[in-house]
Amino acid sequence: MSKLIMYMQYPFVRYAIIVGILIALCSSLLGVTLVLKRFSFIGDGLSHVAFGAMSIAAVLKMTNEMIVVLPLTILSAVLLLRTGQNARIKGDAAIAMISVGALAFGYLIMNVFSASSNLAGDVCSTLFGSTSILTLTKGEVWLCVILSIVVVAIFIIFYNKIFAVTFDEDFSRAAGTRANAYNLMIAIVIAVIIVLAMNLVGSLLISALVIFPALSAMRLFDNFRSVTICSAILSVICAFSGIVISILAGTPVGSTIVAVDIFAFALCCIAGVAKKGIAK
Amino acid sequence: MAFITATDLSLGYDSQIIVKNLNFSVGKGDYLCIVGENGSGKTTLMKTLLHLREPLGGQISTGDGLKENEIGYLPQHTVVQRDFPASVWEIVLSGCQGRCGLRPFYNSEEKKLAADNMERMGITDLKDRCYRELSGGQQQRVLLARALCATRKVLLLDEPVAGLDPFVTSQMYDLIKGLNKEGITIIMISHDIAAALKYATHILHIGDNVFFGTRDEYLESESGRRFAEWQNGGEKIDE
Repeated sequence: MSKLIMYMQYPFVRYAIIVGILIALCSSLLGVTLVLKRFSFIGDGLSHVAFGAMSIAAVLKMTNEMIVVLPLTILSAVLLLRTGQNARIKGDAAIAMISVGALAFGYLIMNVFSASSNLAGDVCSTLFGSTSILTLTKGEVWLCVILSIVVVAIFIIFYNKIFAVTFDEDFSRAAGTRANAYNLMIAIVIAVIIVLAMNLVGSLLISALVIFPALSAMRLFDNFRSVTICSAILSVICAFSGIVISILAGTPVGSTIVAVDIFAFALCCIAGVAKKGIAK
Repeated sequence: MAFITATDLSLGYDSQIIVKNLNFSVGKGDYLCIVGENGSGKTTLMKTLLHLREPLGGQISTGDGLKENEIGYLPQHTVVQRDFPASVWEIVLSGCQGRCGLRPFYNSEEKKLAADNMERMGITDLKDRCYRELSGGQQQRVLLARALCATRKVLLLDEPVAGLDPFVTSQMYDLIKGLNKEGITIIMISHDIAAALKYATHILHIGDNVFFGTRDEYLESESGRRFAEWQNGGEKIDE
């Protein structure tokens, strides 16, 4: 405990915890919608795109990677969600194609044009999350805070519409709701969250942040509002304890958070079964 | 002027026409059944009526005070809904989304409307239950209550009895007939021609030969007679 208090005195530890909690909160909110819309893998696909974009930015030696990474990821998110409905290549295949393609190109570009001496290390840290969460600057923390507030605000304001469009898109459209506009909005928000989350857990593990809290909450509750709230709370708790454990035990941040998420999922499964048993 | 009038309507996928020169109209208080074989374009017609897709030719006009998004829609079940964690209340309330426009939250008037429609469908006691745990008949009532929140005038029902057992099916038909008697116009897609003839006032048969007219006219028409013969033949085999 005293060790934790000592660590807390360093600003970089506080930054990491703030950013970690915010990212976990945002990613879990939309996770419910993504899981229900059968888009669980979109996080994975988009994060690979973000990795590809990141390597382009690295090769171009850009100081602010966001300028390249964010627009490219948003663009792919829009493409993926749009083609999900009526394209020749169906949703899951499209995601697989884009994600593997981006991953391969990213690595290729980094290899061919690399300026760094520690290529394997660079790639590994981008994929699995790195210490970058512990080296955040004040500016990055603020960016993250502002984007998180925007994401949460959008989610609350459009909560009813997001529910309606997720549950039954045709009905929404027939009732005059602009379902396509909301799908587009969801895609953009997801892309923003993914780019933010890359700092925390790395490209390969983002899906876990998106889907595990939602799936855990779905074991326990059976209405949309409770599932959403529960998944947000679970996600924040898991991220917080994951970061604390990783600091104390010296384990990698990203995979520790995911491990805690999996542990929570297992607990929720057991609790869900127990709840059903009692109800009967 | 009728609620919905279709003139020279052509329907199809991409540019391949399935049905053409479709002319019909639906007036206040009508009960129209759309019948036809699989693949004859019933669902495509439904989606066009809902403005979910554009007709390939011709046009659909709404009149008599009906606005385009004032149609209540009862869709067929989708895969997504099978394990969707949503309470009955949340689903019925979402029928009011068209009334909200850009306002983000539902007001007390809309909540009352949702509660009233649940009462009307006899599902008030299911309010906090999870949709995916309900029986097929209960689920249809929930979706019907939601559709009623979206309209006071016209209901479009896509195979409302698909997958229901005979008893629940006849309950469902009675429920729909009841709504029709209250003055709500019903447009229903059905495979079940026998039930269509029992309840409907108008029949639209789409397929190789298109027919539109009242129920009695349909019984006199070629496809109606063929159906009657088939049914009589069917009954003989049963005996």
